[in-house]
Amino acid sequence: MEHSHHDSHPLPFWRKYLFSIDHKVIGIQYGLTSLFFLFFGFSLMMLMRWQLAFPGKPIPFLGKFFGDGRAPGGIMLPEFYNELGAMHGTIMVFLGVVPLGVGCFGNLLVPLQIGAPDMAFPKLNMASYWVFFLGGLTMLVSFLLPGGAASSGWTSYPPLADIATIGQTVWLLGMVFLITSSLLGSVNTITTVLQLRTKGLTFMRLPFFVWAQLVTAFLLLLAFPPLEAAGILQLMDRLAHTSFFLPSGLMVSGRPIEASGGGSVLLWQHLFWFLAHPEVYVILLPGMGIVAEIIANNIRKPLWGYRSMVYSVLFIGFMSFIVWAHHMFLTGMGTVISSFFQATTMIISIPSVVILSCLLISLWGGSIRTNTAMLFALAFLPMFGIGGLTGLPLGLSISDIHLHDTYYVIGHFHYVVAPGVIFALFAGIYHWFPKFTGRQMNEFLGKVHFWPSLILMNCIFFPMLIMGLAGVSRRLYDGGLQYLHAQPVLPLNRIISSSAWLLAVAQLPFIFNFVFSIFKGKKVTSDNPWEATTLEWQTPTPPGHGNFKTVPIVYRGPYEYSVPGASKDFTPQNEP
Amino acid sequence: MDAIPYTITPREDTGLYNARLGIWLFLSSEVMLFGALFATYVILRLGALDWPRGASLLSVPLGTFNTVVLIASSVTMVFAWVSLKEGNLGKYRLTMGLTILLALLFMAVKLFLEYLPKFRHHHYPSENTFLAIYFTLTGLHALHVLGGVVVNAYFWGPGAKMWHVEPERFTNRIEIAGLYWHFVDLVWIFLFPILYLL
Amino acid sequence: MKSKKYLIVGLSLLLLTAMTVTVSRLNIGIAFAILIALLIATFKGSLVASFFMHLASERKVIHILLLSTLFLFIVLMGLILFGRLNVYEGMSHVP
Repeated sequence: MEHSHHDSHPLPFWRKYLFSIDHKVIGIQYGLTSLFFLFFGFSLMMLMRWQLAFPGKPIPFLGKFFGDGRAPGGIMLPEFYNELGAMHGTIMVFLGVVPLGVGCFGNLLVPLQIGAPDMAFPKLNMASYWVFFLGGLTMLVSFLLPGGAASSGWTSYPPLADIATIGQTVWLLGMVFLITSSLLGSVNTITTVLQLRTKGLTFMRLPFFVWAQLVTAFLLLLAFPPLEAAGILQLMDRLAHTSFFLPSGLMVSGRPIEASGGGSVLLWQHLFWFLAHPEVYVILLPGMGIVAEIIANNIRKPLWGYRSMVYSVLFIGFMSFIVWAHHMFLTGMGTVISSFFQATTMIISIPSVVILSCLLISLWGGSIRTNTAMLFALAFLPMFGIGGLTGLPLGLSISDIHLHDTYYVIGHFHYVVAPGVIFALFAGIYHWFPKFTGRQMNEFLGKVHFWPSLILMNCIFFPMLIMGLAGVSRRLYDGGLQYLHAQPVLPLNRIISSSAWLLAVAQLPFIFNFVFSIFKGKKVTSDNPWEATTLEWQTPTPPGHGNFKTVPIVYRGPYEYSVPGASKDFTPQNEP
Repeated sequence: MDAIPYTITPREDTGLYNARLGIWLFLSSEVMLFGALFATYVILRLGALDWPRGASLLSVPLGTFNTVVLIASSVTMVFAWVSLKEGNLGKYRLTMGLTILLALLFMAVKLFLEYLPKFRHHHYPSENTFLAIYFTLTGLHALHVLGGVVVNAYFWGPGAKMWHVEPERFTNRIEIAGLYWHFVDLVWIFLFPILYLL
Repeated sequence: MKSKKYLIVGLSLLLLTAMTVTVSRLNIGIAFAILIALLIATFKGSLVASFFMHLASERKVIHILLLSTLFLFIVLMGLILFGRLNVYEGMSHVP
């Protein structure tokens, strides 16, 4: 049994804030670290967008700092562009969005929402964070290596990745750390949800956010190991000169490679996408969970179709394992296997639509409050809708022939991740900020953050759909300048880039608001300022060690708002 | 309220205590890890023009010996747990100690009688796909054996202090360590015929 | 505590190991050899799992977890293999 900490022995600073085993501290550690990586990854993209808008022109102000190896005379080399692209993707996915959604929000809220004193394995939780931190450090350090960081795409396809500079090896090492952290975290989450639900909290009384985190944890647990295996194989190729992914007779720069051959490049793609497809649901689901919680709270009525949403999210989890090769339609697969993956891909869109529809229908007849959190949550719905719809021609192999590896793909997935999931994460920050700090973020600044962000996101990613339809390929360091078919849509590059830089400016009110409000924000007058029903709001503010003063007992479902006959328009789950 | 429930007593509806669920979840991920490597072996072998019979490049007697050693260590490991269930710390020390020694024997055979001679004759993973997958599979497995040795050694030594304070919790820890150890044995039960005999 | 069963299982594992090695020396063609070797290995693995790991008397939730994992492993290997079989007409070498 853990020793009962009756705060008579205050912990030293390094054990209270650095190596804490309290899920709330760890959640905040994940949050701050991932926010840093989000802004870092965003900055990488802003550099790329200069080259795309003004190909061959020296980068203003910063150009001289990149050295001759990356930008001689301040003009971005194609190798530098590739490095930025590969690391932007890697950092945003594995160090930004997922750690924020799972490591931060998952850690902060899952134990609280199920009435538990902490996660099932608090020390393992701490280990997860520090291994994640090591992974992030490894990725950052890789920029300093000769030849720079990884530059073979976040997808690291061989044979290019096999023969790339040393940055790729360090990328693989970084991934091993991040995958390990993720695996430890998912074991913790699943055990916590299955074992530590408080009395009366049956599965069908769980907040949708917890269901989303549970499914996400299963995806991480079972989909990551094949990528870890693939990473080991690629490390062997690079360090021990094996040929797991190097086919026989491969020529590089006119000379045959010095390796035994006999490998398969598609083997990497299968192992990579077996993880990377479920990974996009790992990106999505926590965001969807956050949106569900915030909408339920701000419409003052129960969510419509809770049961359908639960079955849908479980179905998404299952299906996400059998759609991966829709990323590989153009690799020479035959019609039978392509049809299989096309069919499963079409099917998986159904539960997403169900969840979105339930959230939309929930709004009907609701008493809608339009605070900043709700604005971001509401915006998620049409933005994710566009993202999902634009995925359909990609999932159909016949149209994918035209659209694969074009800007259409970039537009599609950014719609889902950026004005989709990242908006959901912003919503979550505005919504739960008061619980963990005891202060509110400024609503006016929140709106100043929201409206320009929404408009600019669309100005960035909608033109990408058009460019992709015109046939402009992705990962081109000149943005299509040298291609005849791209000429008519080239002006869009400048619109996209300008919008991206303005989007950065639009984040300043948020950063200021966040930091300022921690110290000087308006103090909340209640433990439950949003008048919410879920258990995390039935704790002191902020929750202390052990979270609940006494073990909460749950008597009702998660969204009992406007119960007929009740004195208030919300009835907390632990109210008899 | 700050103690984590169900660390020793099982929860009624799942019937498990936390660590038992946790270790099985971890082992599932390990199944996917070794499974992916096993799938790699199958795919590469099926796509190869020719593939050597394991026995022509590897020593079947050494592989068999190591298989026997690992199986024996699994038996001693389960008896280490049984000893604790029977309240016999001395017998636990003996059986757990044997488990560790057998594991070290496995590693020694692997390193000194298999790997090093291969390297001395310039047979490296880069030579052909068979050796590549052989070294990767057995190497990763060996790392898992090493991890198990470290954990078991801790529980044989300093970790055993817990027996005197919380015997039931300590017994559970050995059960969990055992589950991991049996899994490592299980992987080798598949690796041995696939690599050495086919 | 009835621990004799562990010794019996241990002995069976050793016997099965001997059997695997013996069978591998017979001249029975590679396909048959693979089948027998995997069958024996699976049986040995089941013994370890059922008795040493107490899987035979374990709770349903663990069984469901492991069956799902097994299913996913079959999906991974099966679909990759099928992908290599089902290629574009006229494709001579699968990448």
